[in-house]
Amino acid sequence: MSLVAMLASEATRFTIVLVMVAGLYIVIARNNLIKKLVGLSLFQSSVYLLYLLPGKIFGGTAPIIDPRFDVYANPLPHVLILTAIVVGIGTLALGLALAIRIKEAYGTIEEDEVLAKDRGPAGAAARKAGPRG
Amino acid sequence: MSFLAAIDQHLPVIVVLAPLLGAVLVALVRVEIASWPIAVLAALISAAAAFRLVFVVEQLGVVSYRLGGFAPELGIEYRVDAVNVLILLVVTAVSLVTLLYARQSVAAEIDGGRVPWFYAMMLVAMAGLLGMAITGDAFNAFVFLEISSLSTYTLIALGRDRRALVAAYQYLIVGTIGATFYVIGVGLLYLATGTLNLALIVERLPDVVSPRALIAAEAFILVGIALKLALFPLHAWLPNAYGYAPSAATVLLASTATKVAVYLMARFLFGVFGIHVEIGPVSVTGVLILLSLAAMFVASLAAVFQRDVKRLLAFSSVAQIGYITLGLALANPAGLTGAFLHIVNHALMKGAAFMAIGAVLLRCGSSRLDDLAGIGRTMPATAVALTIAGLGLIGVPGTSGFVSKWYLVLGAFDDGKGWLAFMIVASSVIAVLYVGRLLEVVWFREPGKAALAASEAPLSMLLPTLLLAGLTIFFGIDAEMPARLAGAAATVLLGGHP
Amino acid sequence: MRRDIVLRVAAKFIMAPLMLFALYVQFHGDYGPGGGFQAGVIAAAGVILYALINGLAAAQRLVSMALVERLIPAGVLIYAAVGLVSMALGGNFLDYNPLAHDPVHGQEWGVFLVEAGVFLTVFSSMIAIYYAFASRRAS
Repeated sequence: MSLVAMLASEATRFTIVLVMVAGLYIVIARNNLIKKLVGLSLFQSSVYLLYLLPGKIFGGTAPIIDPRFDVYANPLPHVLILTAIVVGIGTLALGLALAIRIKEAYGTIEEDEVLAKDRGPAGAAARKAGPRG
Repeated sequence: MSFLAAIDQHLPVIVVLAPLLGAVLVALVRVEIASWPIAVLAALISAAAAFRLVFVVEQLGVVSYRLGGFAPELGIEYRVDAVNVLILLVVTAVSLVTLLYARQSVAAEIDGGRVPWFYAMMLVAMAGLLGMAITGDAFNAFVFLEISSLSTYTLIALGRDRRALVAAYQYLIVGTIGATFYVIGVGLLYLATGTLNLALIVERLPDVVSPRALIAAEAFILVGIALKLALFPLHAWLPNAYGYAPSAATVLLASTATKVAVYLMARFLFGVFGIHVEIGPVSVTGVLILLSLAAMFVASLAAVFQRDVKRLLAFSSVAQIGYITLGLALANPAGLTGAFLHIVNHALMKGAAFMAIGAVLLRCGSSRLDDLAGIGRTMPATAVALTIAGLGLIGVPGTSGFVSKWYLVLGAFDDGKGWLAFMIVASSVIAVLYVGRLLEVVWFREPGKAALAASEAPLSMLLPTLLLAGLTIFFGIDAEMPARLAGAAATVLLGGHP
Repeated sequence: MRRDIVLRVAAKFIMAPLMLFALYVQFHGDYGPGGGFQAGVIAAAGVILYALINGLAAAQRLVSMALVERLIPAGVLIYAAVGLVSMALGGNFLDYNPLAHDPVHGQEWGVFLVEAGVFLTVFSSMIAIYYAFASRRAS
């Protein structure tokens, strides 16, 4: 049991780091604004796992007081991560909203094309139209 | 008496709650005319509470407030001492002046239906920043950081130019990475110590067996905060964000947002990890000095070549943040006093400068440097305010910028680093270049068509601008009050009692 | 929009239990897993399901955008008001103990009211996000 438990705990850690790095890589390497947001969400999700890891106690049950149990998981990380998830949803929704507005103003969601459109005299003329819509 | 005593007891929560409730009311009422008065009232209550807190902290030293009455191990504690009371005072006072200034600027730059949302977002941003400064709980600081960040992204995206959207998006990505790095670091601290309360973390740090966890935590937290405070070379988001945001939002961000992040970094460096502790083989102070110097020189040089005044001032902000972090890295009383003085002074100077540019934008419809030609003849009072702010950015004697740089130079000599003092002066010469270029255009160029058609800014915008510019002069001549508060902050950070 | 009869009938059967389940999760939050967050999302999912099946216009007749935009701050206001009342009764901000004659009842009342505020804000935020995205015309 103890060996299994140890391997399991290491596996979770490994997964956390993998998800974290993969998410960050997507944010940096992808050019598409939506894909970047997907990467950002992945990156944030790894942090949720990081916090939940110490809250789980082997053999512990959900933290609802009941005379049949005496070992409970630590509820505090769950509460913290509930907050972090809400923050993550807010960030994702705002990011997607911005991506939609950028698509309407520029006609593309590829970052290099967006940046290219603002360079040069053609960009200056188009800018006047503004993002209103 | 008893009522006042009861208020005194709740001051820490009132500071944060007033803008938050104000935002909720503005969003609930959603009438354009009512938004501004509610916002100003909320900021006024918050500023009054912060002002009162200064006195309470001077008497008691530390004010602790337990939200929900829970003990710090379980709940969230607001903890005010000489360090963050100064930040609270700066943020509330500058926000109040910004909101007083904002009415006509916002009416001109924001679509009618969005005005209440704009004020609500300003107040939420203010509440988030104040919460970051006041909380004694590492995770709560993250939540407030994200509250202020999310509202900031929205504020930037409300800019007229479509590039505002891209700026907001890029800031959202970078800001979220920064906040997530911070929260990873806090998570590692929590794993190591089992608590999120900063004071308790400090108590339990000596018992931590694995120094590696602490090294990782410190690295994550510092890099995360460095992204939020635009420490060179993590500053790429800032010029666009400041450049394309609506004027009132730029004033608020430039004078408060990065300062609160600097405070958070100071709190972790001095209050939790210890400034002289090394991250593996790397000395924190050494890296910080190097990056600060790079910011002072590179960002100042970049400012010289900008064609838009808002971007010019934004690059100048990156350089000025370099001075503040340099003061932190010196880690002696004079250097820290200089850093905190510069937080105050830079908030005033940059506030005044961006307010003046906002007024020009209102009257001329442009913030391009060429369009500002000869604006000094048609908008003399605004140009005077801009000039004073510019001189303060250089650090000319008689302005508050000189006082803070003086303390920084003293700090450098105290540390036996005379060459640093020379670098501070040398980088100010570059500031002469970009401020000189701005002033030359404003005063000595022949006015263009737009400048000739412009008239002086409306009084409601002019008075706040001149107030901040006047304070820049006043604190340059009589720096007793800010220097005392900054000195107390430095003493507390270095572990003494004021 | 094509009205598929199977979807519409199925949605009708799901809607009522969904709302009821949301209320159960809301009020059972004191004793077990649940509370305003989860209940708000479930209830909002009901409205969003209705909008998916019957179209945005029909959903907005049921829950208008104006109402949703008022409910978001109203929920926060309820939360803050609980804190203000506890301050007025001599406790710290959001200290529920003084809200009733004894601390246990005070905590129950406090959590109940706060969760009601959370429910309103989460419910209306979710719907507002859906409305905002769904009402954009494809360019």
